[in-house]
Amino acid sequence: MNIVVCVKHVPDVSEIEVKVDPVKKDIDKSGLVFDINEWDDYAVEEALRIKEKFGGTVTVVTIGDESADSTLRKCLAKGADNAIRVTDPRIASWDPLVIAKILYKVVKDIHYDLILTGVQASDDGYSVVGQALAEMLGIPHATLVKKIEIDGGIVRVNRELEGGLEEIIELSLPALLTIQTGINEPRYVSIMGVRKAMRKEIKILNLDDLGLAREAVKEASPIEMVELYVPPVERKAEIITGSVDEVASKIVEIIKSRGLV
Amino acid sequence: MGEIQVLVEHRLGELRDITFEMLTKACELSEKTSSKVVSIILGKNVKEKAEKLSKYSDEVLVVDDDRLEYYNSDVYQMTLEKIVKERKPWLLMIAHTSYGIELAPSLAVSLNAPIVTDCIDLNVEDGKLMVIRQVYGGKLYAKIHVKKTDPAILTIRQGVVQPKELEKHGKINVLKPSIDLEAVKKKFIEYVAPAVGEVDITSADVIVAIGRGIKDKSNIPLAEELARLLGGVLACSRPIVDKGWLPQDRQVGSSGKTVKPKLYIALGISGAFQHILGMKNSQLIIAINKDPNAPIFNVSHYGVVEDLFKVVPTLIEKIKELKKQAT
Repeated sequence: MNIVVCVKHVPDVSEIEVKVDPVKKDIDKSGLVFDINEWDDYAVEEALRIKEKFGGTVTVVTIGDESADSTLRKCLAKGADNAIRVTDPRIASWDPLVIAKILYKVVKDIHYDLILTGVQASDDGYSVVGQALAEMLGIPHATLVKKIEIDGGIVRVNRELEGGLEEIIELSLPALLTIQTGINEPRYVSIMGVRKAMRKEIKILNLDDLGLAREAVKEASPIEMVELYVPPVERKAEIITGSVDEVASKIVEIIKSRGLV
Repeated sequence: MGEIQVLVEHRLGELRDITFEMLTKACELSEKTSSKVVSIILGKNVKEKAEKLSKYSDEVLVVDDDRLEYYNSDVYQMTLEKIVKERKPWLLMIAHTSYGIELAPSLAVSLNAPIVTDCIDLNVEDGKLMVIRQVYGGKLYAKIHVKKTDPAILTIRQGVVQPKELEKHGKINVLKPSIDLEAVKKKFIEYVAPAVGEVDITSADVIVAIGRGIKDKSNIPLAEELARLLGGVLACSRPIVDKGWLPQDRQVGSSGKTVKPKLYIALGISGAFQHILGMKNSQLIIAINKDPNAPIFNVSHYGVVEDLFKVVPTLIEKIKELKKQAT
């Protein structure tokens, strides 16, 4: 079972304030810590588990500048076999169909049985690239996958619908699945893995190599990023201030006045 | 300007709320652009639903077919592709839900149409289609110009448009496009209902909910004690279930439960919109979070910008004191 996993190197902004750069089309990346997109981390883990069960290889692919190599090295350290990175400053990176097109050119000549990626990326949150890539490759796809069972040429998956409901669907292989968080428990990187990964080569490609120098560039995209901005404050909460003791007393007062304690 | 098409979302015989949210937005936009609002419903035995949809649309297109009994994005895609190619709308709106996510991107590829997903607003400014969407977990907004509209495909987030009652009288048209199941490579097998847990958080008066900020499983008893003292139950946001620290029946949000308790205390929950959809109608919301910009404060009545591990133990002591005085 040969598996390709598409991953993205993203900043972790869960506990910090995000600032917009002066051109207002991107964020100010200074001082941010980057890592593998959380959803993709689950996808890599799922790929490694399938490989461990059925044999085969895992190839990780990303699009990004050289800082994204740390995410690829992490995947290699966990047990991925090959890594490919497409890099080019001309890419219309906000257009998910452009990203899918680039991945299509990379993946189409690789021998694969299964392609995995995260449901979405934590930065732009589109949930588009995987499904679009599957359509370009002419293979079936399933999104929001929480369980995978492979039996011969068929993959049976549980998809997460709303309100806790799931559906089971079957697809013929090769197929593309987008992986939801919580499907497994991603492994940590071992010291041995890191050493092994350092010796592995990362294949680097640009738009010219892929024959996309005209199609995948910013000017060609039908989608234009106009502006990135901090949302208007619509704060409703009355902020309780003071020492921890004062704050706790005020909360008790509020709860008590509503007869809730 | 032409036609705005809205793909109707329904499941297990029910039209879902997002359908009316999209149609409300489509009608608003249609007035500005002198467009016609066309809703499209695909399914089995869906003709009677068309009556209700006609109030919200200038035309309702119905495809009623046994092979559309269960949602299958492949079958939807081939059917919609035919309708779109024939009718040439300038805009197609699809819900950003588990169904829409499965369908819209591949439909965009097959129609060679641009796609922008999870939109929270859309507008036409000087003849240009502009959409607003959230990035970086809602910490920033992105304004995007969709330059190609033959058609443009947008998926719309649930719960961001206030649906209105409309009184249109759209005509209902039944279509019979050919459906070729040979080309379909995926098959619906069955639904799996959520497991029934020992605690029903939807019936609790008081909920103490934890998120990423709880940091470690070993800290959960702290939140549990607060919940117990208030006669409430413990609930959580998605990351806690993903880590396996609490069962799924404790999850509040669009992929979990929707709750409306008298008191909802959010501890270390930043407030991703999926979570907020499940708790925003609680009667009293108090949030404790270190990040002053956490979106949870936008829906809370009271907020504390502080480390929960400092506030909660003190809060527990104060409640215990109060209870002692009362007895």
